[in-house]
Amino acid sequence: MTVRRAVRVSGLLTLALLAGVSRSFAAPAAAGTAPAHTFPIVYLREAYPAPAVMPSLLETYPDDLGLAGAQDAIGEINTTGKFLGWRFKLYVVTLPAGADMAAQARKVFARGPSVIVADLRADDLLKLADAPATKHALILDIRTSEDSLRQRDCRSNVFHILPSQAMRADALAQFLVEKRWTRWFLLQGPTQQDAVYAADVRRSAARYGASVVAARSYDYNPGSRRSDTGYQQIQTQMPLATQVGSDYDVLFVADETDLFGDYLPYNTFDARPVVGTQGLVATAWTPAFQSYSALQMQNRFQLFAHRDMTERDYSGWLAVNIVGDAVMRGRQLSPAGMRAYLRSDNFLVAGFKGEGLTFRTWDQQLRQPVLIAQPLMVVSMSPQNGFLHPDNTTDTLGFDRPETQCRLAQ
Amino acid sequence: MPSRAMTGRGAALLFTVVLCSFAAGARASELFVSNEVDDTVTVLDGDSYKVIATIPTDQRPRGIVETPDHKSVLVCDGDSSNIDVIDTKTLKVVRKIDTGPDPETLATSLSGDELYVSNENNALVTIINYATGKWITQVPVGIEPEGLAVSRDGRIVVVVSEETSMAHFIDTKTWQVVANVLVDTRPRVAVYTPDQRYLWVSSEVGGTVSVIDPRSHQIVHVINFQIPGVDKQYIGPIGIQFTADGRTAFVALGRANRVAVVDPKSYEVEKYILVGQRPWQLTFSPDRSKLYVANGLTNDVTIIDVSSEKATKSVPVGRLPWGIAVVP
Repeated sequence: MTVRRAVRVSGLLTLALLAGVSRSFAAPAAAGTAPAHTFPIVYLREAYPAPAVMPSLLETYPDDLGLAGAQDAIGEINTTGKFLGWRFKLYVVTLPAGADMAAQARKVFARGPSVIVADLRADDLLKLADAPATKHALILDIRTSEDSLRQRDCRSNVFHILPSQAMRADALAQFLVEKRWTRWFLLQGPTQQDAVYAADVRRSAARYGASVVAARSYDYNPGSRRSDTGYQQIQTQMPLATQVGSDYDVLFVADETDLFGDYLPYNTFDARPVVGTQGLVATAWTPAFQSYSALQMQNRFQLFAHRDMTERDYSGWLAVNIVGDAVMRGRQLSPAGMRAYLRSDNFLVAGFKGEGLTFRTWDQQLRQPVLIAQPLMVVSMSPQNGFLHPDNTTDTLGFDRPETQCRLAQ
Repeated sequence: MPSRAMTGRGAALLFTVVLCSFAAGARASELFVSNEVDDTVTVLDGDSYKVIATIPTDQRPRGIVETPDHKSVLVCDGDSSNIDVIDTKTLKVVRKIDTGPDPETLATSLSGDELYVSNENNALVTIINYATGKWITQVPVGIEPEGLAVSRDGRIVVVVSEETSMAHFIDTKTWQVVANVLVDTRPRVAVYTPDQRYLWVSSEVGGTVSVIDPRSHQIVHVINFQIPGVDKQYIGPIGIQFTADGRTAFVALGRANRVAVVDPKSYEVEKYILVGQRPWQLTFSPDRSKLYVANGLTNDVTIIDVSSEKATKSVPVGRLPWGIAVVP
């Protein structure tokens, strides 16, 4: 993985982040093209160390994960912009790993409030959101799924694109209840995020009438990865880890860091399907999805990036499209104006889910149907038929207004 | 129609004559339905709605139209980059026309001499000479171009681009884009009103129909749909058709599983007709007494009786029916 380690600010500082964005919306473009006004978007990421060895050789970790989606989207909104007199430019800023976020933000966003596509982990995202320099910025979080950022740690300058952990658990739970596979064995990994997801699974069970009939923590050391005898070790370990007395329908795995979950399918003690963070997963996007014009998107992305479109690419693509929509349809140029627009009834973005995607005003989470997918196929899309909601069926996924712990400063 | 003065034997005689003319071999109308997933076109008899033929096509047939002389039906094969020309007498593919990559749908010029094809992956409209199959030109438009409309004077071709959310007006003399109108998200279909005064554009994800004045290129009205008990986000307008007198419009509403009946004067929605799941494209029978609706998720075609505005029947076709061409 070759991520640029130096802070690339030189080009950025010459940028008049907002000064250049002052034009009226008086006349619509009448001809093929109109003179362009440039709108800058900052793509902010950190040079995190690449993850340790992936469990499967088939898994890759491209160094433009997320970024390629954003760059593809820039080309697309510039096609619209060509007809309307707008030009969008993506400034990619890669901070060194472990950077002092507040100090870096002060440098990068010295010129005033900006629109930021944040490809950052949860802790760094929070530091960015709390930095004085970004107090009035618009931050589109394209990477995290942590519930905490949508609950107690929500911030008024942050909008979340990817589904939260709770939305993912609910999406799977609805599917399982629809299948009447309602007795779950919950196998939980060692991390704190595994505990959060496991709590979400229990919450989903309570919401939808399923039950966790067995629960266990996984505390084996998955040291057998990629050794010559790896599969033999796995074949011994996994049945042991999954031998429980209770009869259950599905194993629900909570392994947010991909430590062991991918070893479970076909290695469980009982012949049971595996769902959760591995096996059958809930995701915003998979390269296998082709409904609702998604096929066209997959084709375009392949042509552009020469690889499959991942969930984070989709997230980056959506974030940039949201900015394009706020500028060209919403006619908003300031982060404050954009924020109000994104929270309003006038905003919706298309994301190949057969319905317009909007933001929940109580936690600024993008409201979206969630795909239920196995590695090569989309199995379903939640919400499932029959799960009802007084306002919006999609709000059956995740923390609804009455449940939110988020108190946004206006 | 028998006149009012005609009674008794006269009417019976006429009836016999009509029957004979059918028996003599003048075929009833036929519906040609493109099945996107099956790579076939299903041909249905316009009276009995029985399957007459299932014609294999190239890959991913979607946009389908009849030529003005009714001799051929043209279907875009998205994954094969061509048009299959189906002879409406023999019901066989008799010719293939190269369109460039990923043709989604097409329209013909008034004379039928030229074809206008939207190349979905390439953000282009390809203009093709029908007789020779040669490309006249390609016009760059927005991303994922789809539905096409031709003005009755033949001077303007409109194409809507799904991803760019625009209606692009193309001058057929210069092949230049002369205007772009931003509409609601993911427009699918554009149709001129019969009096040519307005252009209606359906936006599937936006959930609206924009009514555009084609002279000023301004949106003069936006039609919204509200169905009790149906979430707003499921309302996805796609196909649009007007009765010949222009007094009624029908709009297919996608995942809302209904066709809306709209008064084009007041823009009020008068009725929602329940059809199959995810209706996309609509087409009239030759006498406009029936409206045919392709239902993408239930793999059937719903037949709506236009005068009573009721769905009378649904008939199974292939998988993922996309559009319907009707030949008298």
